[in-house]
Amino acid sequence: MDNFKEPEITEELIKEHGLTDEEYEKIKQILGRDPNYTELGIFSVMWSEHCSYKSSRVFLKNFPTSGEHIIQGPGENAGIVDIGDGMAIVFKMESHNHPSFIEPYQGAATGVGGILRDIFTMGARPIASLNSLRFGSFDHPKTRYLLNGVVGGISGYGNCIGVPTVGGETYFNKCYNGNILVNVFTLGLVKKERIFKGVACGPGNPVIYVGSKTGRDGIHGATMASEEFDEKSVERRPTVQVGDPFTEKLLLEACLEVMSRDCIVGIQDMGAAGLTCSSCEMASRGGTGIEIDLSKVPRREVGMIPYELMLSESQERMLLVVKEGHEKEVEEVFKKWDLDVSVVGSVTDDGLLRVMNDGVMVAEIPARALSEESPVYLRPKERPEYLSMTQRFSVDNLPEPTEYTGIFLKLLGSPNIASKGWVYGQYDHMVRTNTVVLPGSDAAVIRVKGTNKGIAMTVDCNSRYCYLDPYVGGMIAVAEAARNLVCSGAKPLAITDCLNFGNPEKPEIMWQFEQATNGISDACKRLNTPVVGGNVSFYNETQGEGIYPTPTVAMVGIIPDINLHQTQWFKDDGDVIVMLGKIYEELGGSEYLAVVHGIEEGMPPGIELDLEIAVQNTCLEVIQKGIIKSAHDCSEGGIAVALAECCFSGPKFNRGATVNISKNMRGDCLLFGESQSRIIVSLDKGNLDHFKEIAGKNKAPFNIIGRVGGDRLVINELIDCPVEVLKQRWKRAIEERV
Amino acid sequence: MKFGVIVFPGSNCDHDCYHVIKHILKQEVGFIWHKEDRLPPVDCLILPGGFSHGDYLRPGAIAKFSPIMKEIRKFAYNGGLVLGICNGFQILLEAGLLPGVMMTNRSLKFICDNVYLRLENNETPFTNQGKVGGVFKMPIAHFDGNYYADEKTLQELKDNHQIVFRYSSKNGDITDDANPNGAFWNISGICNKERNVLGMMPHPERCAEGILGNEDGRVIFQSIMKSFA
Repeated sequence: MDNFKEPEITEELIKEHGLTDEEYEKIKQILGRDPNYTELGIFSVMWSEHCSYKSSRVFLKNFPTSGEHIIQGPGENAGIVDIGDGMAIVFKMESHNHPSFIEPYQGAATGVGGILRDIFTMGARPIASLNSLRFGSFDHPKTRYLLNGVVGGISGYGNCIGVPTVGGETYFNKCYNGNILVNVFTLGLVKKERIFKGVACGPGNPVIYVGSKTGRDGIHGATMASEEFDEKSVERRPTVQVGDPFTEKLLLEACLEVMSRDCIVGIQDMGAAGLTCSSCEMASRGGTGIEIDLSKVPRREVGMIPYELMLSESQERMLLVVKEGHEKEVEEVFKKWDLDVSVVGSVTDDGLLRVMNDGVMVAEIPARALSEESPVYLRPKERPEYLSMTQRFSVDNLPEPTEYTGIFLKLLGSPNIASKGWVYGQYDHMVRTNTVVLPGSDAAVIRVKGTNKGIAMTVDCNSRYCYLDPYVGGMIAVAEAARNLVCSGAKPLAITDCLNFGNPEKPEIMWQFEQATNGISDACKRLNTPVVGGNVSFYNETQGEGIYPTPTVAMVGIIPDINLHQTQWFKDDGDVIVMLGKIYEELGGSEYLAVVHGIEEGMPPGIELDLEIAVQNTCLEVIQKGIIKSAHDCSEGGIAVALAECCFSGPKFNRGATVNISKNMRGDCLLFGESQSRIIVSLDKGNLDHFKEIAGKNKAPFNIIGRVGGDRLVINELIDCPVEVLKQRWKRAIEERV
Repeated sequence: MKFGVIVFPGSNCDHDCYHVIKHILKQEVGFIWHKEDRLPPVDCLILPGGFSHGDYLRPGAIAKFSPIMKEIRKFAYNGGLVLGICNGFQILLEAGLLPGVMMTNRSLKFICDNVYLRLENNETPFTNQGKVGGVFKMPIAHFDGNYYADEKTLQELKDNHQIVFRYSSKNGDITDDANPNGAFWNISGICNKERNVLGMMPHPERCAEGILGNEDGRVIFQSIMKSFA
């Protein structure tokens, strides 16, 4: 653009870029002068909450991040864990909340695209995805539109690229009416000696741009994700990127092909903050500089100015640093796949990100300062006032129901408990032929071709618990994720997380954040599952109304022998049903309380990690020794819902059960209380002694509670209903409402 | 015998087909890039599932112009076995190697599920190991599997016994309930008059191993091998 004149840097412009006075002063200090327009844009995205973690960094430091199998912790595009036989798994979860609320289909689709690139940029072939979705109440007028759009977007992108979406979770709560959450997870497989990193080494090496052309879409996406919503947010629709899964599929195959040769030094995807973020992070990690010539960048539109080219978040693009002299080889591979490829610059030794355009220097900033020296805030924290109200709740004031079957059916039809078949039926969950346990189970299980191993993965968070006690809620998210894996026969290895919270400038939100991350940290330390990556999404607020704190935890585990994986449904009539763990008289934060009484109060269920570990170790051992026939975690809806799922979730047939729990407590607490650290297992009577011996050795409490058989589910004197009736309610509840 | 798996840009079941042929059936197999203008010597070609060219315009509509298609046509004309699965079936329809068209599923949504198929014709090289009336469970995963043909074409398909699979209940009843996508006459797989080209929406390669809980798809591959034995 010859006649474009860059705007003057005014106080107003600085404010529009979301930079504070102090931050602007710091920029001036780093540069030794005032920034120009392009530089101001670059700083504003790199120092946005989304890219810089300026409010969360102090707390994230407390996470345990290393362990014997951990190859790569946080700080790279994704975490990496060793699974033996020279193989490693690469995984990460990311949020795409703000764009998905504004434009659900494209927001969710590009969320999937982004997380896939994070995985294959490390040299791994993506083999499975999960997602954690949170929508507002079903009664809210926007919910169905958002649900359809988000599920359609994930389906459209994930199916096309051919990576199966093997599991996840979907919750509905009015706290998400104005801010839905879309957290997406992908796992890839890589040979240990073929891991690639986002690093720019070797001054003189060429920097190559590959993938889609750059357009004006997504400019300031990262900044959008760093502020609250208001009624004007729909005007932000142009900052949502548009995904092209076909191009991403080509990019995936081309990148893996080029990586199989010996010519790549470093590689990083262009996600949030596009060309800016990828170039300065790669230079910063390499201790080098990068010079980019914007006139070489493939463009989709004419008249784009440097500011737009540097900040565009156009999808399906990667930045490569290649060994000098190998440019042709790289070019040929990308041309084969009909992708744009262009040498746009080179690695330098001066530590600067230097941006040229038609021979004119348009920006020059120390790369390290951009990515590492962003401001860090220790924001004020304060315990929220609502807690003194919610914690006053007592079960004693709650009328005790006289009839339970109707309540039970109501709970099974609650969208949070009901079958999510309508959701995952739109995802290709079988492509790549590795999916051993299909969606709808405690954890998804995939096999690793060429080995005897399996990988189990799950994503969990009960945000109501986190709202009522973020520390306990954070711990439970980790403990439940581990329990889900253990039920499938997997040993938990590590987690990645998406920490979704409100506005960090509010002391109550920062308090929730600190408490929740402490809970996650403490649980991860005890369960020996380090945090290897993740992201933070603040500002999930609309018109001052924040979401419940939602620290979503995705955990990955390994099954040493895939033939010994376990499933949740009852297998044979006559089998004994055992509950591992203990039942307490607690209802706080339960789905029952919310659905039946309209109350979201109380203390969430307690969690004792010693008990949790004893229960999990027992479960894992009895699965690995082949003693039991099914294992299912007790979660939302309590033991009644867990038993119902054991009865009707099998792919071939229903099984009935007669259960008698001798415990002197209220019927609703017994049936629907959500006491933690409980697993329902079933086994042949002949294995009971062996089971008892293993539980005793692990000091895990357990109760024999019933028998599999018949076609009804009978629990004490409280519930007696045909399994098929329960199943139909559970199966149809969501599809009837969308 | 030797298989060739065609790779279009956007194919994503190519590796799955390769895996089953090489590691489960222990047969020779190679990938063939769509820009090739010559086929290597093979006995059976597979056009795999996926989203060739992103399914942009219409599934299969762009793939039919790939250079390799000319060779595939010649190969089929000379009696070579061609199996199109899912997107491969859609490409065969677009290329005119099989009659009819695919419309979007009647639910207007992508469907990934296990369905039942009834075998209608076992006198093909792809189904000679099955019994007519036999029911097979196989996964489907598609957006456009709603098969349609005009009355005249349908009559020809019937007269020539070209309808190979129909969606059915577990017991083999052809009902509307058992029809996942609205396909005309519950059609899920058809062959050409000469019986050497088969297109099917379900994925036999996804159900050919015990660890995946279903081996019903093996019948297709075993039949192909039998016809070369």
